[in-house]
Order: sequence, then C-alpha cells, then structure tokens
Amino acid sequence: MKPAVIKGRIWLITDENGKRLDDIDTDMIFHNRYLHITEVSEMGKHALGNLEGWKDFPDKAKEGDIIIAGKNFGAGSSRQQAVDCFISLGIRAIVAESFGAIYKRNAINSGLAVLECPGIFEKELKSRDVIEIDLETGSIKKDKIEVAKTKPMSDVQMEIYRAGNLFEYGKLMGRQ
Amino acid sequence: MGKTIVEKIFQRHSKEEVKPGNIIWLDLDVRTARDFGGANVVKHLKKNYSGNYLENAEKTYFTFDLSVPAKTIKYAINQQICRKFSKETGMNLFDVDEGIGTHVLMEKGIVMPGSTAVGTDSHYNILGAIGAFGQGMGDTDIAFAFKTGKTWFEVPETMKINVTGGYKWPASPRDLTLAVMKKLGSSGMLGMAAEYYGYAIEKLSIDGRITLASQTTEMGGIIAFISPNKEVLDFIGKRTGRSVKGVYADRDASYVKEVDVDVENLEPMVASPPKPTNVCPVSDIEGMEIDSVFIGSCTNGKYEDMLAAAKILKGRKVKKGINLRITPATKEVWAMVIKEGLVDIFIDAGAVVFTNPGCGGCAEGMPGLVGESEIELSTTNRNYKGKQGPGEIYLVSPATAAASAVKGCLTSPDSLEVKN
Repeated sequence: MKPAVIKGRIWLITDENGKRLDDIDTDMIFHNRYLHITEVSEMGKHALGNLEGWKDFPDKAKEGDIIIAGKNFGAGSSRQQAVDCFISLGIRAIVAESFGAIYKRNAINSGLAVLECPGIFEKELKSRDVIEIDLETGSIKKDKIEVAKTKPMSDVQMEIYRAGNLFEYGKLMGRQ
Repeated sequence: MGKTIVEKIFQRHSKEEVKPGNIIWLDLDVRTARDFGGANVVKHLKKNYSGNYLENAEKTYFTFDLSVPAKTIKYAINQQICRKFSKETGMNLFDVDEGIGTHVLMEKGIVMPGSTAVGTDSHYNILGAIGAFGQGMGDTDIAFAFKTGKTWFEVPETMKINVTGGYKWPASPRDLTLAVMKKLGSSGMLGMAAEYYGYAIEKLSIDGRITLASQTTEMGGIIAFISPNKEVLDFIGKRTGRSVKGVYADRDASYVKEVDVDVENLEPMVASPPKPTNVCPVSDIEGMEIDSVFIGSCTNGKYEDMLAAAKILKGRKVKKGINLRITPATKEVWAMVIKEGLVDIFIDAGAVVFTNPGCGGCAEGMPGLVGESEIELSTTNRNYKGKQGPGEIYLVSPATAAASAVKGCLTSPDSLEVKN
C-alpha cells in the first residue's frame, strides 16, 4: 500500500520571471508527436517538452520529486501519457492551484497523488525546497511547519491511490 | 430541493445519493475507445485480466476517427489491434470510413438524451448537444469501464448560462460559441456542469448545438447541456427507432452561479493563438494576411457548416496562394455534401482539398497541419501552441473561413455577397 504522507523536493512550474503559469495544457506536458509511444518507461524524457523554459525538466527531475503547478493544470486532451510521463520520471505527487478535470482523474486512476491547493503559489516556497504533504488531511508542511492546508483526497480517490491504480482497486473491492 | 440535469441523469444511473461533491459509482450506457487510446485500452485489459474483458460487448465500441485511413504504420498497427480485439470479444467497431466517434454515436441513435457515455476523447462532452452525459477519459479509466460497465465520478456543481438576445447573419453558432468563451475564459466552467438557456439557444439547430457543446472542455467544463427541443427529439427518435424524452432541470434546481452572455448584434468572432478563449471581433484584426484555411473537425464539420462555406464559395475562387482544406465530420455528412452538389462548388472554387471524414489535423492524424510561422484560419476547437503544427492557428466560423479564403486575408463574411 502506498503511503499517505509524501516527502519530496518541489518544482514550481513558473515562467522565466518566476510567475505562475496557468492553463498548461496536455500538449505542453506531452506533445502530439510522441503519442505513438505506449511504454511508460519511454515517456519520461518528453515530460514538459513543449513548455517554454522547461524542456530540460527530465534531466533535472529526480525520483521522489513533487510538482507544484498553477490553475487548470493539464487542460485539454484525455491523453494518459501526460500523467504517465511524470510517473515514468518517478514524480510522486502534483499539487496544483486547480486541475483540468480529465487530467485529475487520469492521475488518480494511475496512482499519482494529486492535491488541489488554491493559493499554494502565494506561500513561501521555491523550487528545490523539500515539503511534506499528507493526502489524508490535506496538510502541506515545510521544515515541519504547516504552510498550507487544503481539501484532502476523497475516500475513493485515496483507496485507488493506496491500491496502486484503478485496476488493483477494482480487484480489491470485488467490483469486477 | 430540485435537481439539475446532470444530477437527474446521474440519479438514474447510480444507487448512491447524488449531490454535488459526492463521489458515486455511475452505470455507463455506452463506452468507447478510438484509434488513439484504443490499443492502450486493449493492452490494459490483457495485462490486468485473464479473459472476460467486457461487461457487455453490445454497449462497447471502437470508433476510429483520428488517422482515417491510417497514415502511419503505428496508427495502422494500433487500429489492427482494435479490430482483432473486436473480433475476439464481439464488441462493436466503426472503422476508418465512418467519421468522428461522438458524431457517429448521435447519428446512429446509440446515445440519446439522458444517456451516460464515456470514451478516450476529451471532447466527449459534445454529447451535451442532445442532452446526454458524455465524458472523455484516459485509457486506464476506459479499460476499467469496458471491464465493469461503471466508473467513479464526483458529482459536479452546475452553473447556468443565460444567452440573451438574438443574432443574425453574418453571425453563426460558432460566433455565439466564441462569445461564450470570451465571457467565461479558459477556466470559467472549471470542474462544473453547465446548462444553456435563452432564445438563441432554443433556436439552434442540432449542428449548431454540437458546435456550442464541442467547446466545453476549452472552458474547463465537465459537461454542458442544451435541453433538447422538438427538432432534436424527432431526430434522435428517428435514429433510435423509438420515441425519446429529454431530461430537463427542475424549476427549483440549485445552481452554483449564473452568467449572462448577450448575443444581440453579435459580430463574427475570432480566437487568436495560443488560447481558444482569446477572443475578439473579426473587425478588430480584419485584413490580417493568411496562408491557409481549414474547415472541419468535431466543432464545425457538419452539413450546416459545409453549406455555410459553399454559399460563400459558390461562383468564386479561393485566392491564389491560399489552400483551403475541407474535412466533413462523418460519412453521412460526406455523402450529403456530394449528393447535394456542394463538392462541385468546392472544386470549382479551386485550391480546395476535400477529404475523407474524420478529425482533421487535431492530433496530427489527418490533413490540416501548418508549417513554421504559417497563419491558418481554422474551424477546429483548439489553437494551443503546436497543436496542429508549428504555425499560428486562428479559430473562426466556417463562413468567416470561406470568405477569408476568397479574399486571402481575415474578413467578415458580409464583405462578400452571398448567393443562395
């Protein structure tokens, strides 16, 4: 079972002036031209490959990192690769001001933890800081001090995440 | 307390208490995958289960619409994986000749008002055009839906959009849609269901309703319903072979917010890159030089759209140096365009490519791509950077697209006399 508390290094998705980037769509996260790739292990090297200033993200990211994103992160298409490319890099969680609806579903069903935290960009956080997020309480801490508190994942979302993915959850619950 | 449309449809398809914020298990009337995502759905099913892959083969479909016929070996292989799986399991398949999946489901009477349907297409909420619940999902979700016939869903709150006033030529349903997008922006519907009301909405044809519903995702919406009128109910009734009823909101239903959009004296509109909600009147940037034009996609690939373009192009020539590509949404539209003589008008206009039905260039699967720094006017639903090639995409109505193809620059359709 996956842990409810995740600790990791963060990346704030901003422009070159440090300004929050909203409406990052699935084409910026995982471009059309790589949609033929079906192996998750091959997807990581294209993560954020169409987002100005972030093309080197796959080289910078490390296993266990956490992404902090702006509003409507993952707008656009239903492509699973836009989630799987982060799983491929070992990203543990995404905390965003808000998510595109389909993107959020895809992340939860693939076992990638997500928290919606309006105002997260107003907190004293910078890339490479280490934070701790509790998916069950919605608490976000830095140096053991709570910097934000938000709505936690729901029971079903938490159960799917803990089981590993939607398929494993379905088997556990005898729903199939 | 009364219920909104999404709450009513969900309550008919769930045993759990339906209220906004609750997570429920939803029974699915229709589940599909297409030539993008379909092969991954098969892969998930084979990896996670040992046979008995479908809860109900009759309710399960493949619809090929992105690369039709396949233009790359990879697409050809993925389509073949789906064809083989369909034969193995007895599930339905609409092959590369049929057109855009969501449109085919409506044309063939597979979805009806009040249905619940999911597929691997983020524009699945286009089914709101006939008052059905449609939702695009990733391939994990869809594989689970194939296997179980169910999905989990967080009941969204509903917003109400009152479209006030009426509009007339040269404005069209696409311009109404762009006006709504200008008002709401890219997250104005984020995570919500919506219901459209107003005189101009009631007057919309099925094709116009499809145009409006097709842009729900670009405003962040889950689903936007247009309550079916008699024309829609008659159409679906004819296609399903039985009488159908619409699902309508209760008078005392609760809405999270209301937004008014005035379309009185609406002008033709244009969405400049890189966002579909980056909308202004055509008159603000009229005269902008263009390189190419595309008419088609799930947003504007219906017969009404083809007719709007043909009325402009009749007896005229596309300006030298501009190419115009036209892709009907489905085989049915394609056949009508040929039968009614529209394709002759297109050919006479010169520099026109009329293609097999499908999605067009939206996922690089078909004609409709633009080169570096090329400026294209397009009736597709997205102009994100790199979405249809490295060029710049401006979103407009079919009439604006056709008139601009004739003039060689962005222009309002009323700059040309229209011959009926």
